[in-house]
Amino acid sequence: MKRLFCFLALSVAVILGGCGKPDFSDAEKKTIASLALNTLPSLKPDTTNRFADVPAAAALGSTLFFDLGMSRDGTVSCSTCHKIDRQFQDDLPQAVGVGRTNRRTMPLAGVARDPWFFWDGRRDSLWAQALTPLENPLEQAGNRAAYAHYIKARFGERYERIFGPLPDFSGIPLNASPLGNDVERAAWNAMNDAQRDAINRVYANIGKAIAAFERSIEPSQTRFDRFALDLATGAEPKGDAVFTREEILGLKLFIGKANCVTCHNGPRFTDNSFHNTGVPPVAGLPPDRGRVDAVAQVQADQFNCFGAYRDGDASACGELRFMVKDAPQLVRAYKTPSLRAAATRPPYMHAGQFSSLDEVVAHYAKAAPSVEGTSEIHPLELSDRERAALVAFLKTLAE
Amino acid sequence: MASLWRYLLAGLGLAALLVGVLAVVYLTAPQSAQTVGPDVSRTKKTDNGLYVASFVPERGVVLQGELESWLLTLKTKTGASVERAAIAISGGMPQHNHGLPTSPQVTDYLGEGRYRIEGVKFTMSGWWQFRFAISSGAGSDTVLFNVVL
Repeated sequence: MKRLFCFLALSVAVILGGCGKPDFSDAEKKTIASLALNTLPSLKPDTTNRFADVPAAAALGSTLFFDLGMSRDGTVSCSTCHKIDRQFQDDLPQAVGVGRTNRRTMPLAGVARDPWFFWDGRRDSLWAQALTPLENPLEQAGNRAAYAHYIKARFGERYERIFGPLPDFSGIPLNASPLGNDVERAAWNAMNDAQRDAINRVYANIGKAIAAFERSIEPSQTRFDRFALDLATGAEPKGDAVFTREEILGLKLFIGKANCVTCHNGPRFTDNSFHNTGVPPVAGLPPDRGRVDAVAQVQADQFNCFGAYRDGDASACGELRFMVKDAPQLVRAYKTPSLRAAATRPPYMHAGQFSSLDEVVAHYAKAAPSVEGTSEIHPLELSDRERAALVAFLKTLAE
Repeated sequence: MASLWRYLLAGLGLAALLVGVLAVVYLTAPQSAQTVGPDVSRTKKTDNGLYVASFVPERGVVLQGELESWLLTLKTKTGASVERAAIAISGGMPQHNHGLPTSPQVTDYLGEGRYRIEGVKFTMSGWWQFRFAISSGAGSDTVLFNVVL
């Protein structure tokens, strides 16, 4: 009788004791392991840019990235918005170059792993992306003929060591671009095919150099990664790898009831796809329909993977070839951003709509319908404690 | 004194029983949920029984986040290979209000009723559906495959 009593008392103690410990199911452990940085594969070669892993190209790209001369009026470089000491973003709701844009600057950690670029995926390679702000009148506001002249004057020798001889510039106007103002377009149209091709080639190489530099910008290890590694190996977490009860609850919600991991998956916390999550438009900004309007833009881009300036063969163009071109799900769909270090870079969303993670979590819990198209998210019952726990967990990705 | 012990013991016994029952319910719940998932068979008859279709990843494994090619094999009821079929592909995730993240297409006919489908991409885990509309000399039919990651 006494033995039975001892056994029962022991069983109750074990059961009650188990409730207080961080305890994850095998499925949860598997999901947590899939998010850890140690599962990030090594960066694949970019066959569309044969200079992607050439150190001299990356060095020139780095120079160009920080060079204010790479703009119409000498006041804006890539690094104006992609600030090196701020995760290569600018903390503003909408980026400000020569003018004010309508989108939030994206951070660059791990950018070379993206299949699509910008919030709406209107470019399909890192080098084609790098060319776009250079000619956008609200960003660097230059034109490709002017950039080619500038490269020859300022970096001619460095350029030729990497890319080979610069073209003959006689007869090339100082300002010309198919995307420029009326005068620049007219100058572009007055050039012959060989001249246009020569300038496009120099221009593409500028993008390829900048992309080579950007490939070196990678995400760094966080408290979450140390916690996840200990969980996977069964080691006792030490120091800052120990999670508080609140952070554990937040992690469980993130991969469970709150469904965050559905889109924010893998070691970069993104599925690299586009979703309408009902994020409201910003009053005063031009109409913005997201991915649905980017499809035609990436198809029309002469620097896309099907274009003449791609290196390697077209087998690298699968994303563009099998792109969804017309579907209701593209309306107001935006790229899933990585959540690594997001906690320290408000504001959030494609036009900086939310100023804190609390607002972001509140938005996803409420799941208000989209102003256009259909939101993919469903309302969630989250207590105040659970919302705070999700935010606490997100902060472990920034420490 | 002895009877008090007996009541206490009986009470503990009942509590333990309750804990046991709850534990059984808790431990078995996820397993019973799995058994009612969608039919994930890779070979099936098409909806009107005109063809037997099978849909498998070309490299044998299903990867998340990569463009992959899959093989759709079509046979008639009598087991003959279906050649020169026109195949339209659609699909999505029924629980997430969205279609496929890519537009997979038939890119090659490999003989013996096998069609290569490129551009398949699973961007997230969960329940995916692929619908095929098939048309050949044997007639038109449809078939739906579920893939659960």
